Amino acid sequence: MGNSYRVALAGNPNTGKSTLFNALTGLRQHTGNWAGKTVSLAQGNVQYKDKMFNLIDLPGTYSLFSNSSDEEVARNYIVFEKPDVTVVVLDATSLERNFNLALQVLEMTKNVIICINLIDVAEQQGISINERILTNRLGVPVIKISARNKKGFPMLLDTIDRIVTGAIECQPVQTTYADEIEDKIKKIEPKVSELIGNQMSARWVSLRLLDGDEKLLNEINQRYGQKERAE
Amino acid sequence: MSEPKTVKLVDGEKGNLIQITSLNLDGVMRRRLLDLGFVTGAIVEVIRKSPLGDPIAYRVSQTTIALRKEESSRIEGVLMTDGE
Ligand SMILES: Nc1nc2c(ncn2[C@@H]2O[C@H](COP(=O)(O)OP(=O)(O)OP(=O)(O)O)[C@@H](O)[C@H]2O)c(=O)[nH]1
Ligand SMILES: [Mg+2]
Repeated sequence: MGNSYRVALAGNPNTGKSTLFNALTGLRQHTGNWAGKTVSLAQGNVQYKDKMFNLIDLPGTYSLFSNSSDEEVARNYIVFEKPDVTVVVLDATSLERNFNLALQVLEMTKNVIICINLIDVAEQQGISINERILTNRLGVPVIKISARNKKGFPMLLDTIDRIVTGAIECQPVQTTYADEIEDKIKKIEPKVSELIGNQMSARWVSLRLLDGDEKLLNEINQRYGQKERAE
Repeated sequence: MSEPKTVKLVDGEKGNLIQITSLNLDGVMRRRLLDLGFVTGAIVEVIRKSPLGDPIAYRVSQTTIALRKEESSRIEGVLMTDGE
């Protein structure tokens, strides 16, 4: 189908990913109150204008460095299965914690939407969030929603639509590291880029290599090694 | 004003606020703790000790997290307030 797009929902545990997923797709996937509830990947469709968005509900994690199988599933989906758009769902009442994962996603892939959920709870707590400033600083759309109250959905769907049509060009902010690390990245990034082409962000893979992430290396070998040898 | 007092998280008393200055661990364990919010500069509150003193619950970045001794003994910080 030419006008079908995959949209992955990522985020910390308990930020309302499944609630958003269910509200948009009309599916009743079981949601729970404690961490790590979503294990297998639920998928469902949303029709929007002339397009079909295939939503994928990723497991909730605090990080994407594959320290656990949940993290590995979410990480691998984003970098290897390459959804057309990745929506990171954040808890509006706990942004500092939630931005750890959000910033990791911004390093991994380009088409990202930062979706700040539980905005109703934040408002009750007197927290106000300026999404324009955040959008400017992060280089990707930031949208406030309340999944439980179905608020903010038209804006979210319209933004997904405008990303897949190319009307919005995401330029995710890249974390700058200490000089020592940046120097090393500069050294290996061209080589990495040569090997993996534009399959994924060479900067991100370089960072993972510097961190000694052997799981990722094995995964890359398994997925792309074959093709490499066939050439 | 007295000298800032450096303590390990494991030695904090209930109610203490400790601002993290260093994590003396590597690899996956370090990564895990960073992801949970135990980063330099973060303020950690000692919530409670279990009867045997292990694990200890801490509050960091609006979440309560229990750490084992082998982790909490390797995180150092400056004591900001005393508990009651
Ligand atoms: N008040 C309020 N509660 C919400 C909102 N969105 C989700 N919740 C509640 O937050 C809780 C967690 O929601 P889930 O959808 O299960 O969260 P999740 O991100 O799928 O969780 P994991 O799968 O464990 O990662 C549920 O009790 C929801 O009803 C919202 O916008 N406002
Ligand atoms: Mg879920």
